[in-house]
Amino acid sequence: MRGLVFAIALVLSSELPAVEKQAEVCFACHGKGGASTLPLTPSIAGQPAFFVVAQLFLFRDGRRGAAPNPMYDAARNMSDDDLRSWGEYLSTLTPPAPPKSAPNATRFARGRALAAQHNCGTCHNQDYSGREQMPRLANQREDYLLKALRDYKSGARTGYGFASMPEAVAGLRDADLADLAHFLAYFPASRGVKR
Amino acid sequence: MKKNVSALTAAAVLLFAVQLAYAQDKKKDAPAATKPPAEEPFWAKGRPKNDVADKMAPVPAHPVPTAADKLPVAKIKLPPGFKAELWLSGILDARGMREGDKGTVFVSSLFVAGKIYAVVNKGGKREVKTIAEKLFLPNGIEFHKGALYVATPKDITRYDGIEDKLDSPPKPVMVYDKLPGDVPHGWKFIKIGPDGKLYVPVGAPCNICDPSDRYAQIFRMNLDGSGFESVAKGMRNTVGFDWHPKTGELWFGDNQRDWLSEDMPLDELNRVTKPGQHFGFPYCHSGVMTDPQFGWGKDCKDFVKPALTIGAHAAPLGMRFYTGKMFPAKYQNAIFLTRHGPWNRSQKYAADVVAVFIDEKGNAKMEPFLTGLVENNGYLGRPADVLVLKDGSLLVSDDHNGAIYRITYGK
Repeated sequence: MRGLVFAIALVLSSELPAVEKQAEVCFACHGKGGASTLPLTPSIAGQPAFFVVAQLFLFRDGRRGAAPNPMYDAARNMSDDDLRSWGEYLSTLTPPAPPKSAPNATRFARGRALAAQHNCGTCHNQDYSGREQMPRLANQREDYLLKALRDYKSGARTGYGFASMPEAVAGLRDADLADLAHFLAYFPASRGVKR
Repeated sequence: MKKNVSALTAAAVLLFAVQLAYAQDKKKDAPAATKPPAEEPFWAKGRPKNDVADKMAPVPAHPVPTAADKLPVAKIKLPPGFKAELWLSGILDARGMREGDKGTVFVSSLFVAGKIYAVVNKGGKREVKTIAEKLFLPNGIEFHKGALYVATPKDITRYDGIEDKLDSPPKPVMVYDKLPGDVPHGWKFIKIGPDGKLYVPVGAPCNICDPSDRYAQIFRMNLDGSGFESVAKGMRNTVGFDWHPKTGELWFGDNQRDWLSEDMPLDELNRVTKPGQHFGFPYCHSGVMTDPQFGWGKDCKDFVKPALTIGAHAAPLGMRFYTGKMFPAKYQNAIFLTRHGPWNRSQKYAADVVAVFIDEKGNAKMEPFLTGLVENNGYLGRPADVLVLKDGSLLVSDDHNGAIYRITYGK
């Protein structure tokens, strides 16, 4: 813990290369280069800078659960400058690649239809690359997408500001959430970096 | 023919299968079926179906204040002789402002911060203290006889003798706890009037609806919470009002409905001349057009027309009549009114402070005052409230950047 605080303190007085070094702390859980291989842990590479800052802000403020919560611990001593640096840096990383395995065609098609019906691409972009406070969804881990959707549905997560997610998932069944997560995880994304 | 019959049979079987699957799903989800169906967020209600409107949403407030050296102070334009300076940076989500008797500037916030700040002068340096936090949309504040009043959508509380206790604020006293508490247009602007009563609006809990008589009005009460009564009806969402220094009449800004069109309705500045007046919502907008849904059978001439319309979706927030000594004579008794700038419009504009001049008959005209914060169809900053300091200078809060600017004249 002390090491983490020290690492974060270092970031304060450093430029981007140092942020890059300190990012190893993040990657320990969120995967090499920010592409997660850990269950229920999201990939963070290529997320919009605004989204990263907003979520770190919510973690820092204890609004996504106070201790014991590794992200609360990671963010609690971050300065506003730290938040901005992480947002800038993570948004430049190459987004995760689609899974190597093939999707379940039926579930993929159902998920795609649900995404169209519920206008997910209106806010998250048609390629699900995310913008401003709306995260990149394309090729996020399927288990994490499902967890996030369930958390919005149960009210465990409310989002940032005028977030629409609680309403967006209100009428969806758990099976719908699972199919949406499947579709988005397997979305054949362009690997281009969007900021 | 045979082919057709088999196709028909196949279709019937498929239909049956779909119905069966649907019925089973329904059974499985029986408890959920009693819940209301999928809803939109409150601000999206009434959105027309088109690609441009689909992408429109409230402009997200920044989760961290803008660094001091990145603030748009140099972009601010003012009439000749006026000057803008950075008064304070790093004050997340800065919204309402009030000055205490001893010079403390109290600052409220909204969604992002949920805090009340006190800005004090410590040996020539400004210092920010957080005096309350984890509050629910605490936009409304007022200072009166040593006490700070704080209004959320649900209730109004009071911090007595606050200026002497900034480092250990007292437990707040409950003044009134019977407000409806809705989030849509539930956050407040509050002020104590020349009659010594506390004025508290309750906005419409919707984009457009015909709500019960708990809503869409400005109310007032005695300072102990007794004598709650209506002052003005047909108000959708006022987040700024003040009394004319000469006539004592109440003037209030009113944010009109969304999604009607890019250019309508026009937001309003209204003048209350007697009790019980109705200002149109939800039947008549901007004094000129009946609502496409709620306006049938209504006539705009049955409602009080706005004293001034200030632009489509312009979003009037905090306002104050100017009685300070620093600015030129023409600004005496003029209104400084913030326009937060529209989200519900393709072309962004406003995000400014306008000066409204009122003649003896109550005719009002508007002039730009603080401008320059719209660039590339986006906002560099968004004024949220004004405060006339004792020296006559004008503070302008910018919730977008978490900053406060000070406007001076001459010198």
